Amino acid sequence: MIEIQNIAKTFGTKEVLKGISGVFEQGKTNLIIGSSGTGKSVLLKSIVGLVKPDMGAVLYDKRDFTTGNSELKKNIRREMGMLFQGSALFDSKTVEENVQFPLDMLTNSSLEEKQERVNFCLHRVGLENVNHLKPSEISGGMQKRVGIARAMVLNPKYLFVDEPNSGLDPQTAIVIDDLIQEITYEYNITTVIVTHDMNSVMGIGDYIMYLYQGKKLWEGTSDNILDTEVKELQDFIFSSSLVRALKDKKK
Amino acid sequence: MTTIGKYFIFLSSFFQNREKFRVYVNLIFEEAVSLGIDSIFICAITSFFIGAVTAIQTAYNLVSPLIPNSVIGTIVRDMTVLELAPTIISIVLAGKVGSNIAGGLGTMRITEQIDALQVMGINSASYLVLPKVIAAVITFPMLVILSGYLSILGGYIAGVLSGALTETEYIYGIRDDFNPFNVPFAIIKSVVFAFLITTISAYKGYFTKGGALEVGEASTTAVTNSCIAILLADYLLAQLLL
Repeated sequence: MIEIQNIAKTFGTKEVLKGISGVFEQGKTNLIIGSSGTGKSVLLKSIVGLVKPDMGAVLYDKRDFTTGNSELKKNIRREMGMLFQGSALFDSKTVEENVQFPLDMLTNSSLEEKQERVNFCLHRVGLENVNHLKPSEISGGMQKRVGIARAMVLNPKYLFVDEPNSGLDPQTAIVIDDLIQEITYEYNITTVIVTHDMNSVMGIGDYIMYLYQGKKLWEGTSDNILDTEVKELQDFIFSSSLVRALKDKKK
Repeated sequence: MTTIGKYFIFLSSFFQNREKFRVYVNLIFEEAVSLGIDSIFICAITSFFIGAVTAIQTAYNLVSPLIPNSVIGTIVRDMTVLELAPTIISIVLAGKVGSNIAGGLGTMRITEQIDALQVMGINSASYLVLPKVIAAVITFPMLVILSGYLSILGGYIAGVLSGALTETEYIYGIRDDFNPFNVPFAIIKSVVFAFLITTISAYKGYFTKGGALEVGEASTTAVTNSCIAILLADYLLAQLLL
């Protein structure tokens, strides 16, 4: 479980996050949603420690990541996996080397053990016979899968995903969403996903936090999001014709 | 002042939460190939022609019958060892290696590859930059030694082929009144320049913000700042050591 308490962040004179609190439960796909520029990615980066919040705390299973010593932070980081918006695969390494990288750096496993784990993770995300290709030689959807394989290779307790569907066609986006949800349930991971894709919201949102201009305006599940009375959230979700159709059907 | 402070904090971050020693050994070898061995060709070409041109231009300016032709060899030697080999080659390397480092790290920054390392709990500055610095500090002096040799060879071939002086005069000139300290001085310079080129370029690349345009700007600034730092350090080292 990850708990965030009163997170605030200002860049120059711009207040990006204004005291956000919430709880991301284990074994659930937790979504942070909102329009572009509302601070979703900054909140995610604050949670994983890439951005230092001006105020507030991030607790990983009651361990304070914000004020903890470097040893604690290192230990927590090694329990994290993250899939970045552009996959962030290392260009100079092959698919296999990318997935194996965390094992090389952070474990003392033998080469056979590492290769076995890499092959298992690649197989789990549905990739075969791409081990020796470079990231530039595979499609965007495959890059996302490799990113997921790299994120899960160390058996993380916490999985963070930044805009998993950006740059993907709708069909591949659904496959990636489903894969993330399956992994979350299968390994009982605390997954936090930043997205503004309503298909993801309706498809995999076990818990949803809606941000608007740096504030949390709503939280709930995909079951009750369509019944919201928050105007800003209504404007956000009903901008999608698919969701409008869903609501009409529900009525 | 803020930038200088940030630069020194960046340097000190190389030694915090370092990775396992064997990780650096492999990376240093890879970087030595990329920064050093891959630069041999450009260094060789530049050095050879610098030596050749120095010999011909010196001969052109020394028309007095009172000055022996062997002075051409002496001038080529001293210019090469004291200045041309360490400084000019370092400026050439600042262009090739500096832009490569800044561009590479800048691209890694904007494509979130550096963030990926940070999230894994890896000290990205140490992992990415320290091997480059060590590899450059080891290989640049070798390149400068090679450069000095080829520059003097270029002077010899150009001087003899153009008829400006004989082989014997050139050999006598490069041996005449030789100060052995010039060689360690050149090597000290190359070590300092290697450190400056790699750290300044890495600093510029590592803190790139924005997109492809900013990566290009970071590369250009890295080369410009490295060249200025080389010239400044060249002056200070000459004042201190000569």
